[in-house]
Amino acid sequence: MTTRTLFINARLLDPASNRDGRGEILTNDGVIVALGEKLSRDGAEIIDCGGHCLAPGLVDMRAQLREPGDEHQETMATAGLAAAAGGITTVVALPNTDPVIDEQALVEFIARRSRDVGLTRIRTYASTTKGLRGKELTEMGLLSSAGALAFTDGLKAVADPLVMRRALSYATNFDLLIIQHPEEPRLAEGGAMTAGEISTRLGLPAISPIAEVMMIERDLRLVEITGARYHAAHVSTAEAIDVIRRAKTRGLKVTCDTAPPYFALNETAVGDYRTFAKVSPPLRSEDDRRAVVEGLADGTIDAIASDHAPQDQESKRVPFTSAASGIVGLETMLPLALELYHNSQVPLLRLLGALSQRPAEILRLPAGKLAEGMPADFTVFDLDTPWRIAVDAFHSKCRNSPFDGRPVQGRVLRTVVAGKTIYTADKA
Amino acid sequence: MTADSAPFIFPHRHLLSIEGLSPDDITALLDRAEGYIEQNRQGDKKQSLLRGRTIVNLFFEESTRTRTSFELAGKRLGGDTINMAAQTSSIKKGETLLDTAITLNAMHPDVLVVRHSESGAVQLLAEKVDCAVINAGDGMHEHPTQALLDALTIRLRKGRLQGLTVAICGDVAHSRVARSNLLLLGTMGARVRLVAPRTLLPAAVDRLGVEVYTDMEQGLKDADIVMMLRLQLERMQGSFVPSLREYFHFFGLDYKKLAVAKPDALIMHPGPMNRGVEIDTEVADDINRSAIRQQVELGVAVRMAVLEGLGQQPRNN
Repeated sequence: MTTRTLFINARLLDPASNRDGRGEILTNDGVIVALGEKLSRDGAEIIDCGGHCLAPGLVDMRAQLREPGDEHQETMATAGLAAAAGGITTVVALPNTDPVIDEQALVEFIARRSRDVGLTRIRTYASTTKGLRGKELTEMGLLSSAGALAFTDGLKAVADPLVMRRALSYATNFDLLIIQHPEEPRLAEGGAMTAGEISTRLGLPAISPIAEVMMIERDLRLVEITGARYHAAHVSTAEAIDVIRRAKTRGLKVTCDTAPPYFALNETAVGDYRTFAKVSPPLRSEDDRRAVVEGLADGTIDAIASDHAPQDQESKRVPFTSAASGIVGLETMLPLALELYHNSQVPLLRLLGALSQRPAEILRLPAGKLAEGMPADFTVFDLDTPWRIAVDAFHSKCRNSPFDGRPVQGRVLRTVVAGKTIYTADKA
Repeated sequence: MTADSAPFIFPHRHLLSIEGLSPDDITALLDRAEGYIEQNRQGDKKQSLLRGRTIVNLFFEESTRTRTSFELAGKRLGGDTINMAAQTSSIKKGETLLDTAITLNAMHPDVLVVRHSESGAVQLLAEKVDCAVINAGDGMHEHPTQALLDALTIRLRKGRLQGLTVAICGDVAHSRVARSNLLLLGTMGARVRLVAPRTLLPAAVDRLGVEVYTDMEQGLKDADIVMMLRLQLERMQGSFVPSLREYFHFFGLDYKKLAVAKPDALIMHPGPMNRGVEIDTEVADDINRSAIRQQVELGVAVRMAVLEGLGQQPRNN
C-alpha cells in the first residue's frame, strides 16, 4: 500500500537548486517523487499550501534535549513537539546528558526514543571524550556505526591540546567530524558575560572575547597537521569569523555555525541582570553581532542552529552569576533567522540553506533538499504575517527566552516528516 | 535636635545604586545626613521618626562594620531593627534568595538592608518585595551608602565635591566601593582618577568618565583626595599581583608617594585596612591627613538619612 501526498499551491524554496517559484510536490512512502507543476493527482491526498512557502525541513545541528537525566526540563516528547512547531524535521542532540552519550547503547537509546516519539527526527552526537572529562577518547568508530553523527564535548571545549590533536587525528580514520565548543576555558572561568563597559558597570565577572578566537586558532593548527574535519559551534565574535573565513580560503575542512541570540541580540540585552540573556558563549558587542550577520551573508558561517537550552525557573531566578546559561530556541529559530531576510541582510535562499541544506551536508544527512528521491521532510511557513513570540505558547517544557513579546515575521504552518504531517499551526 | 522637623522623603522607592541618582538626590541625602552628625555626638541620640517601623538587616555576606552602622542608624531613629545573618537563617538550608524574599515580605518589614556576594542579587530581591530595599553592597557592583558617606566626609573636610581631584587607588576590578564612588563623584563634578595595576582594572574602564593611571606618582599628582581600596589577600592566588611586597612597593600608600599629592590631600579608606599592603600604618593613623575614622562616624549619619528617606514612605500593603 502506498501513501501518496500531493502538496499544491506552494512557493517552493530549495537552496540547493536555487529554486524559488510556485509549484507542487508529490511524495510517496515518505520520499519525494516529483516536483513541478500540474502533477498527477491520481490517488493522492491533496494538501493545499495556500500559496505559502514550502522549504526543506529545518535541520537543527545543536540542541540540548535533557533526556536522559533531566526530564523535568525537557523530554524527547516535548522537544520533538517543540521542534516540529519550529519547522525542524531533524534535530541533533548534544551528548551532555546524564549519563553522557559516550557509549553505543546510549546512542541506540536516543534512536529508539526518537522512533517512539515519532515526531521530528532526533539524532545525537556522542562525546569526544569519555564522560566529557577531556582525557580519554570515546569509541568513535563504534559510536559512529551506532549512529552518532559527530563528536563533541557539548558545552565544554576539549581544552587539552594533546587530546584534541589525538581526537582529530583518530577521527580521520573514519572520516568523522569533530565539533568544538570554541572557548579557552581558563579565560572564561567564572565569567558571566562578555568583557566590556557593561560588565564593568554591572560588576559581573567577564569573559574576554578573545577566548573564542584563541581556541579556534589553536584548533586550526591541529586541523592543518591532521587533515581532520572540524566544526566550530556557535561562533560569536568578529575575530573568530575572520579567522574561519581565512582558513576556508586556505582550503581547510572547517565549518561553523551560529545561533539566533548572536545575531538577534547583543550584550545590552543583559540590561539589569536579565538571566534569560545569559548564554554560553556570552552575548557580544554590537560590532560582533554585525560580524555574525556579515558571516551569514557571505557564507563564512555555514549554518544556524537553535542552541536550544531549556532551563527551569529555579536555574534562572537567581543572581546572574549563579544562573544557568541558555535560551530555549527550537520554536523561535525560524522567525528570528527570517529577521535577517526581512531586514535585507541575508537573501532568503541562503538563510534557508543555513537552516537546512548546509547542516545536512556537514552532518552527511539525507535531508535539506527538495529533490526527487530525498526524504519528504519539509516545512510550510507564512513568510510575512507579523506576530509576537509568546513563551506561554511554547511546546517546550521551559520558558527561558529573552524573545518573549518580540514582534517577528515568519510562522510555521505545517511540518512534514517522511511525507506525514507532524504539526499544523492552530488556525486563528 | 538638628535635623529638620519636615519629613524627608527620598524620591526613589529603593536605594540600589548610585547609578540613576541625580545631583539633587545626592545633595539632599548629604544635607540630611549632615544634620544627624551633631545629634550622634549628643548623650541622647534617640529620635522617634521611625517608631513602629521595622528594619531588617539581611546580610548574606560577613560584615561587622556596615551591619553595625545600619543597626545603630535604625535604632537612633527609633525603628525596630532585626539582624539576620546567612549563617543562622534558612539560607544555609538551601532556601533560595527569592524564597527568603517572599518569606520576609510576609512579615511586612518597612526597610530591608541587604548585602550579598553576587552582583545584582539585591536588585533581584527588591523586585520581589513590597518594602524599600537598601543595597548594603552587592558583589562587585555597588555599595551606595559607602559612596555617600565618603562624599559627606569629603564635603565636610573640603567644603565641596565639585572640581576636586580624587584618586581611587587599588583593586578597582573587584570593588563595589570604587564603582559607587566613581559614579557619585563624577555626578557631583569631581575629577576621578583610577590608579591600579592593569590586572586590577576592569574591562573598558576608561569609558566610565575617569582618567586611568598605572603609576601612583602620576595618578596622585596634585590630588585633593587619595582613596585607597582594600586588596583581598586571595588576589595572589588568582595571579592578579605577584606578592604583597611588590604590591606595597608600587601601589601601597606611603609618605613618599603621597608627597606628589596636594599638601592638604585627604586620605580615605573604606576599611577594613590591610596595613602594610595597600596603606602604610603611619599614613593611615596620621591625624592630620587621614579621614578614615571620620568615615566610620559619618557612616551612621548617612545611613540615618537613607533610612529616614526610605523608611517613611507610605506603605501600600
